[in-house]
Amino acid sequence: MEKKLISFNNFYKIFNITSSILIVISILLLLFKGLNYGVDFKGGTLIEIRTTSNDISISNLRKAFNKMDLGDVSVKEFGKKNDFIVKFEKKSKPKENIIENIKKNLSTSIGNNFEFRRVESVGPKVSSELLISGIIAIALSLSAMLIYIWIRFEWQFSLGAIIALFHDVIITLGFFSLFGFEINLSIVAAVLTIVGYSMNDTVVIFDRVRENLRKYSDIKIFDLTNISINETLSRTIITSITTLLALLSIYFFGGEVLKGFSLAMILGVIFGTYSSIYIANPILVTLRVSQRTIIKEEKE
Amino acid sequence: MLYFSKLRIISVILFTLLLSYFALSNFFKIDDNFFKRHINLGLDLQGGSYLLLEIDNEPVVIQQLQNKLLQIKNYLKEKNISYKNIILKNNKIISFEVNKDQLDKTKVLFDKDDSVINPYYQQYKSHEFDLSINNNIFLLNFSKYGLINIKSSSQDQAIEIVRRRVDEIGTNEPNILKRGNDRILVELPGLDNPERIKLLLGKTANLTFRFITQIEEESFGTEKLFFEDGSEVAIVSRRIVLSGDNLIDAKPRMDNQNNETVVTFTLDRVGAKRFAKATSTGVGKRLAIVLDGKIISAPNVREPIIGGSGQITGNFTFQSATDLALLLRSGALPAPLNIIEERTVGPDLGQDSINAGILSLIIGFFLVISFMLFRYKIFGLIANVTLIFNLLLLLGILTLFEATLTLPGIAGIILTVGMAVDANVLIYERIKEEIKSEKNQILAFDSGYSKSKTTILDANITTLIAAVILFIMGSGPVKGFSVTLGIGIITTLFSVYFIARLLTSLYVIKNKYNEKLI
Repeated sequence: MEKKLISFNNFYKIFNITSSILIVISILLLLFKGLNYGVDFKGGTLIEIRTTSNDISISNLRKAFNKMDLGDVSVKEFGKKNDFIVKFEKKSKPKENIIENIKKNLSTSIGNNFEFRRVESVGPKVSSELLISGIIAIALSLSAMLIYIWIRFEWQFSLGAIIALFHDVIITLGFFSLFGFEINLSIVAAVLTIVGYSMNDTVVIFDRVRENLRKYSDIKIFDLTNISINETLSRTIITSITTLLALLSIYFFGGEVLKGFSLAMILGVIFGTYSSIYIANPILVTLRVSQRTIIKEEKE
Repeated sequence: MLYFSKLRIISVILFTLLLSYFALSNFFKIDDNFFKRHINLGLDLQGGSYLLLEIDNEPVVIQQLQNKLLQIKNYLKEKNISYKNIILKNNKIISFEVNKDQLDKTKVLFDKDDSVINPYYQQYKSHEFDLSINNNIFLLNFSKYGLINIKSSSQDQAIEIVRRRVDEIGTNEPNILKRGNDRILVELPGLDNPERIKLLLGKTANLTFRFITQIEEESFGTEKLFFEDGSEVAIVSRRIVLSGDNLIDAKPRMDNQNNETVVTFTLDRVGAKRFAKATSTGVGKRLAIVLDGKIISAPNVREPIIGGSGQITGNFTFQSATDLALLLRSGALPAPLNIIEERTVGPDLGQDSINAGILSLIIGFFLVISFMLFRYKIFGLIANVTLIFNLLLLLGILTLFEATLTLPGIAGIILTVGMAVDANVLIYERIKEEIKSEKNQILAFDSGYSKSKTTILDANITTLIAAVILFIMGSGPVKGFSVTLGIGIITTLFSVYFIARLLTSLYVIKNKYNEKLI
């Protein structure tokens, strides 16, 4: 090796402590602050309104909606200046046509200078089903990954990879909880993709660890993981960069609807890259993986 | 790994060109009969409405139980079994008592496999009713499969009526599908304002003609009903003179005499006869026209109506008369429908999303290819050419399957752009390592390819697993994301191992005496 190795392994401890703290904070946030569920998971109605007159301010709109007896109404700006998102939880009675009524009410209170660009209304039954199927999807994909890695590698690797995945998912969700970003269906998709991406990254390093375990019998796992991380480092960085370039492009140019989704992915890619190095590998060290671990398995 | 046979080169080229042609046919109008498929745009991109309707089966179940109760009464009489206290408890359980000595005989009638009164469903291995006996009291309630049977038959009827109503309004290419056994999904592309359809689907449209009576006690029973406008209450007989089932046509019409809009209707033969008979005996009485439990109007019968047609008045606007006629023509729903999920995207927002999606795709694409070019020079170029073909293959396959492209689907494509180069990066980095220990460049390339193979497969299979689970569990737009992500992984593997490898091998073999290839 002519190139000097970067001693990632010297920082295993400090980053493990940092990660543990972050995970604890995330769990506490999730338990006590909770997540800001969107209408997909909480039920209720979301309306995206674009006003065609600049005179209509957010407070006008808020006043108009508060008069309509819809329960808790939240009105927020959405991207451009004249775009607003209105959310309320009122359950619509089956025979009542809320949207039609709101349109009538609005045209008397603020005039006809608006259009409804999007309406999403989810009943309580559907929203709880969506939430459950979202959780099942994430749990299923984690266990499918676990099984796949277990088949392809030894159990120590499988454990390392799964703990790294949990780390990424929990910290990303903790981040969303901290900043109150909305959790909707597309965030579930993002989390699943993060799971895939983080796994992908971990697998690349693990493959190299396994190869090096066969090659060198005299190097301890502590240094061996470091060699493997260094050997795959340029790939890890380049792939993270190209993926982040694509995601940043979605974040900045893909429109408001994809903002949350791409943000979750960006966070996930960063945490995923980090965890492949600093979570997955130290676990191999802790579990004392050695040449015997893989050779024993291969003989069987 | 670098060797390609002629046959393989030709088939790779042909396959790539064919799919590229499919992909490009979406963008250019190609007038031929060879290939007519195209990618569909999801509702979030072309605008439209997604409505999930749930059938409220409770009234149907209660109705069925009431019918069953009557059937059981008759059946037990027929079998000479004396029973008492037969009632429907809590609208759920039919309960009746029999004498101790007839207990076993009765039990067999309900229990046997060829039971008439409690049919046995071979396919479910279950009776229509679950039977429990408490001393000499029989308790019957619908079994799980009995309920499923009711639900699916009311779903079958409801979906038919929904289809007719949607077709009558005439939107383009509606998509009406069953979901579970008590839900119906209605997708209405291009529909800007779904309020009218929601209004129409929210009505059961159960129409009856019944006489208004003064006498509270009538043999059929009576009920108090409100007028549509809430102004009046009237006592209406439960005896149904005529129901919506007897209608064969209904149309809105301007009545020039009174200058008001009415709905005219035509009856079938049975209906016409019954209507004629009822109106001739009921001259002078008020005939209430009841829709979904409310009286629309209650005109006086001035003379027998024998022509089999008539008209409904009731302060209609032209729109409401049109809607009523439409509802009557398409028939009544077996049970009320509730809209439990609605997602509507206006055409403006759809177009904005397409523009934003394409813009971010182009920018993401250029950022990635510039980076690759900067980092790998000529091999970056190869990776980029591969990436272009990868996108064409991806679009080609989407076209071939006529997949639906959603906004998250576009995000999936962009993500594929970012992640697709990963495989080439893995290979090139590996080759760089191999070149350090291997003097022969061709051998170094060869082992670079073969040694990175398992890693690439492992890495891509894990992402594919996530995509497949998302496809199975996800709904709507999110499903679109899993489709593009999943297909993207497959086209990535193909383009890396066939297209990029082919290009690399051609280049390397031609320049094998260069000092430093990569």
